[in-house]
Amino acid sequence: MSYVPHSEEDLSKILSTIGIDAPEEVFSSIPDALRFRSLLPIEGPLDEESLRREFAFTSSKTVFAGGGIYRHHIPALVDALASRQEFYTAYTPYQPEISQGTLHSIFEYQSMMAGLTGMDVSNASMYDGATSLAEAALMALRGKGIRRILVTKATQPSYRRVLGTYLTHVEEAAIEEIPFDLVTGRVDLEALQGMAGPDCAVFVQSPNYFGVIEPLEEISAIAASQAGFWGIVVTEALSLAALTPPGKFNPDVVVGEAQSFGNPPNAGGPLLGIFCTRKEHVRRMPGRIVGLTRDTSGRQAFCLTLATREQHIRREKATSNICSNQGLCALKSALYLSAMGPRGLKTAALQSAAGARCLMGLLKERGIAPRFSGPVFHEFVISMDEDKRKRLENDGIVPGIPISKAYPELPGMLLVTVTEMNTREECACLAERM
Amino acid sequence: MPGREDVARFPEIREPLLNTVSAFGKNKRIVPEPFDVSGVTDLSGAEEMPAIPDVSEVETVRHFTRLSRLNYGIDHGMYPLGSCTMKYNPKIAEAAAASLQSIHPADRNAMSPVLKYLNLLQKYLGDICGMDAVSLWPAAGAHGELTGMMVISRALQVRGETRGKVLIPDTAHGTNPASCVIGGFGTVNVPSGEEGFLTASILKEHLDGDVAALMITNPNTLGIFEREIREIADLLHENGSYLYMDGANLNAILGVARPGDMGVDCMHVNLHKTFGTPHGGGGPGSGPVLVKKELAPYLPLPVIDEDESGLFTLEYDRPLSIGMVHSCLGNVSVCIKALAYILSLGPHALPEVAKAACLNANYLKKKLSGLFELPYDTPTLHEFVLSDKKQKDDGVTALDIAKSLVDSGFHPPTVYFPLVVHGALMIEPTETEPLQELDRFVSAMEEIAGQSTYDPGNLHNAPHTSPVARVDETAAARNLILSWP
Repeated sequence: MSYVPHSEEDLSKILSTIGIDAPEEVFSSIPDALRFRSLLPIEGPLDEESLRREFAFTSSKTVFAGGGIYRHHIPALVDALASRQEFYTAYTPYQPEISQGTLHSIFEYQSMMAGLTGMDVSNASMYDGATSLAEAALMALRGKGIRRILVTKATQPSYRRVLGTYLTHVEEAAIEEIPFDLVTGRVDLEALQGMAGPDCAVFVQSPNYFGVIEPLEEISAIAASQAGFWGIVVTEALSLAALTPPGKFNPDVVVGEAQSFGNPPNAGGPLLGIFCTRKEHVRRMPGRIVGLTRDTSGRQAFCLTLATREQHIRREKATSNICSNQGLCALKSALYLSAMGPRGLKTAALQSAAGARCLMGLLKERGIAPRFSGPVFHEFVISMDEDKRKRLENDGIVPGIPISKAYPELPGMLLVTVTEMNTREECACLAERM
Repeated sequence: MPGREDVARFPEIREPLLNTVSAFGKNKRIVPEPFDVSGVTDLSGAEEMPAIPDVSEVETVRHFTRLSRLNYGIDHGMYPLGSCTMKYNPKIAEAAAASLQSIHPADRNAMSPVLKYLNLLQKYLGDICGMDAVSLWPAAGAHGELTGMMVISRALQVRGETRGKVLIPDTAHGTNPASCVIGGFGTVNVPSGEEGFLTASILKEHLDGDVAALMITNPNTLGIFEREIREIADLLHENGSYLYMDGANLNAILGVARPGDMGVDCMHVNLHKTFGTPHGGGGPGSGPVLVKKELAPYLPLPVIDEDESGLFTLEYDRPLSIGMVHSCLGNVSVCIKALAYILSLGPHALPEVAKAACLNANYLKKKLSGLFELPYDTPTLHEFVLSDKKQKDDGVTALDIAKSLVDSGFHPPTVYFPLVVHGALMIEPTETEPLQELDRFVSAMEEIAGQSTYDPGNLHNAPHTSPVARVDETAAARNLILSWP
């Protein structure tokens, strides 16, 4: 297939207008020594039917895996509308006059994210939760006197790794891990108390990587008074519908992952980074932001705003280098939230929580208890040996995510997640095979 | 030409914010309820309702359908944004990626074939660019630039050297300096030569022991091939510096010239530009980073590996790697779409992309350069830059010209960029524009050039037919309203 639309007549008209005899001449400014004249070792061309056959992926039948990427119900209208070419094939909305659709819906995404997190403002999205956390740390480090980034060890391991990568190049910045309590799985408050100071930014994931809900009230009492900056990390956006909005604990930022809102797991991406903050920090915030304004006739209109923070204006002095973000994923989130409504969203969240409790109950009957005693949302840690897990996987059941590589102190442990996409029968089957 | 008042009768112009149509009980969606929720008594926010609108399904569908009609997409018409490569996005690529949706990345059996294809894409991108190793995880072009800078920084560290600055030609994208700074480098602006490309002799003046790399776009943002790039690469290498190439403009040389042969050490490509994946109104894109063998050990984690049984897995044990740059695998589905695009074209049609892209751009340049100032008459490839110099005398600016194009049914070109040209209009038609559409664009530009002498006022007020008139961006920044109340 070729998507070049010219007829032979068109081509000769183009050539004669340009004043060249052969199409090749259009490359005359490329030095001959740099021309590549071989055939690329690439298969194809493949017709559409062959492509469809080629790309036929199948998921395992039963999946209890989460760990930052979740399977949730997605109303059919989400894809139907997000696939409209007007949204799908548009560029970043630099020309507001013909981009009001994107701008208006991103403004609604921002509004709903701000509402759900209990923060003042949301940006238009980041790449994913991990880069949101890293950018939040960079934002904190630009603040006066902040040199240390404290992050709970129960924060998603890949987030901590990305944070480490981003901070390698920031001079004098150190990352320190706040330990967790080996019984409850919650943050070690005494350790936090000892570590937090005005020269540090504190980041706490809740529910944490073990699925355990952190005592944010107590953490806030320490972090908000002792630390120079603090942020809450949410890797499961749906938990916002079942837990106290993190903004109530007065953090400087709420960052994390909103893939759960209308975006399927997609083998790992695209994801959708949440970045919410308080009004006073808005000019230091990374990423695109849509604002409400007027056109010259006085009508409601939206545009990208606070561009003076951004790379295309500020260049080397920008708050971030981000340009393309995850616009379509944010649109899908807005569609999802609008389609689910408050009760639908609440039901999905509570069903997920109920599913985890159902599975925990069934496991308890078999004498299997969660590794941690802290309260959970919809995932929890249990022990499972490697062979059993592989057997299950070969039978089409993914029982969870092994976490011992990231936490050698927790050997043979598995993070198990239940959502409204699982069934009681699936839970019963998993419990039986444990 | 219809006036704005005619257009104003369309209902979507007054499309309300969702929160204003919200009322308790409108949304009657049922969601799967397989479990008994009576046991969920220990969650702090379980009683509170989430702060989102309560609207019916039909209202949601109409709201977003109406909003979509306020947008302009590539399926509407030509989208000549220079350096953004807004080409047609083949529908089959979407179909190819569809079955990926339900796969969780922890589902190892399901992931193996996905990784197999990601591995194949890495190989193809390496072949196309003449580079040795590839990482697909950066989620966008700027993310790729940053990753590339981190790779270079790590390589210098392993060499036991500290070098503080990256040279950037004045034709660079805005993300280039920002990415360098976040990657830990300072930047130095290097002027292009008189003919619009960087010369080896100019570069020489800027080389010293503190230069980590040169970050260059080739062809550059004037659409000009950097013809001294091989000499530039040699100079850099003699100086112990690296050559980084921003691959934003790869479409111009796809299958025709390979960055690896030019001496490029590290680069990124934009799958959402060159490889036809949709831009989605601002992402998700994908910005794979490619390197020569010497830099391969520093690429981000994880690395795709094939074990003896033919199972594809992810390898995290690379001690020299810069580490992870994304929580998972970047924008996987975008990568699969790009692979489908490559396979759909095959090895013969791929170089035709570059050829047609360059022909289309040169056709437009020839047709328009009499009407508008052409600041550089150096041969160009896939894009070219005009300026508003001739129209400025009548008080008509590049912005007026851009906004007027909307009234003829086009997305405007990139304006006021690159910074080396005052009042720049940067035009990239891409290979997927039919001749008839190019001619329509020429007519529109001719009309604008004519109007700028006899009715400039009309151009100042353009666009006249868009859903909203010019938007007050100053007021938006001054009086910040970033969410509904």
